[in-house]
Amino acid sequence: MTHPELVICEYCDSVWRRSELGDDEIARCGRCRAVLYRASRLDLDQLLALTVAAAIVFVIANVSPVIRIAVSGMHNEANLLQSIAALSHGSGLVVGLVAAATLFVVPLLQIVLLGWVLVFARAHRRAPGFAFAMRWLHRIRPWSMTEVFLLGVLVAIVKLSGMLNVIAGPGTYATVILTGLITLIAKRDVRTLWDRLPADEAVVFGE
Amino acid sequence: MTAAPRAAQLGLVGCHTCGLVCAAGQAQCPRCGSHLHPRKPDSLARSWAFLIAALILYVPSNVLPVMYTSMLGRGETSTILHGVVEFWKSGSWDIALLIFIASVAVPSTKFLVLATLLVSARRQSSWARLQRARLYRFIELIGYWSMLDVVVVALVCALVQFHLLGTAEPRVGIVFFGLVVVLTMFAAMSFDPRLIWDGDEE
Repeated sequence: MTHPELVICEYCDSVWRRSELGDDEIARCGRCRAVLYRASRLDLDQLLALTVAAAIVFVIANVSPVIRIAVSGMHNEANLLQSIAALSHGSGLVVGLVAAATLFVVPLLQIVLLGWVLVFARAHRRAPGFAFAMRWLHRIRPWSMTEVFLLGVLVAIVKLSGMLNVIAGPGTYATVILTGLITLIAKRDVRTLWDRLPADEAVVFGE
Repeated sequence: MTAAPRAAQLGLVGCHTCGLVCAAGQAQCPRCGSHLHPRKPDSLARSWAFLIAALILYVPSNVLPVMYTSMLGRGETSTILHGVVEFWKSGSWDIALLIFIASVAVPSTKFLVLATLLVSARRQSSWARLQRARLYRFIELIGYWSMLDVVVVALVCALVQFHLLGTAEPRVGIVFFGLVVVLTMFAAMSFDPRLIWDGDEE
């Protein structure tokens, strides 16, 4: 037995009846004031378009240098993956793995899993492995840290500009856009896709 | 107080993964296949374990150097607090404040808030429930920004590679610091905020 007409607050277990929301409205729990659900501003086509854009920007953000420094005729530059590699020497491997997971693997998985689900969603179908993809999108969400990387880039620029000539590279600008896109597509409630896409069984029975 | 019933009173369970409202007694969510449980399993014990482990590693993460830099043959190691002081002295008080908040204030706040939540939830205290619920969501929101220092060390070490003129290398303190951030995040995720409200039905 399930009750799709009800919603349970995940912070305090209060049970509420769902109601239609207007644009930009947010349903909050009357007991603990946590967000229950939001009105989704983006339809599936828009979500897919933003996900494809995020995939392109993700590649640029990872292959282009984020910072370039110069001193006494010498210069050097680094991108995200080179920075993670520099951290991973010797005993740094543990923290290097954490950085690789939160700054590279998790954002990549978010884009790939969401893209997979959305390509099928356009045909009003649940993708093969839909439940698997949705469970993992929910699980990895707290570990996506692209915005922290962006702030770190800004701090590093200030830190190094005292003694060196520092220029923000194309990777930095790509990261700014990537941070915005990931926030739009994967930080908010991905769960609404469960309600927006009918289960395959339901479709079969309806015919 | 509002009169909204709680899930257990109605014999319902909310799926922790997909949010579907299910009848209690089923082992798995019929929609997404996740395990159904009314409360996160062993919430208080797991959360304490992660919190204590984080607290222990917090000591070496602050005492041990996080980075070694050498400029024109003069090498020095620096700790996290050392980095804050350097920024402050060089006039970048805003960056000093930013790093202080991310590396010192945020982890300390998480330790204090989580310990408070764990003690009060264990006693089923009715004290300041709404405020405690907000505190939990607050530390959930700010927790991962502590990773800032890890990113800065990684970038500086990747960039400053000029052999004799200047080099930078990570030191073991940053490993402990990264683990502190991960452990405090696990501690916050293991805590079940529903426990704050248990006993609120009367």
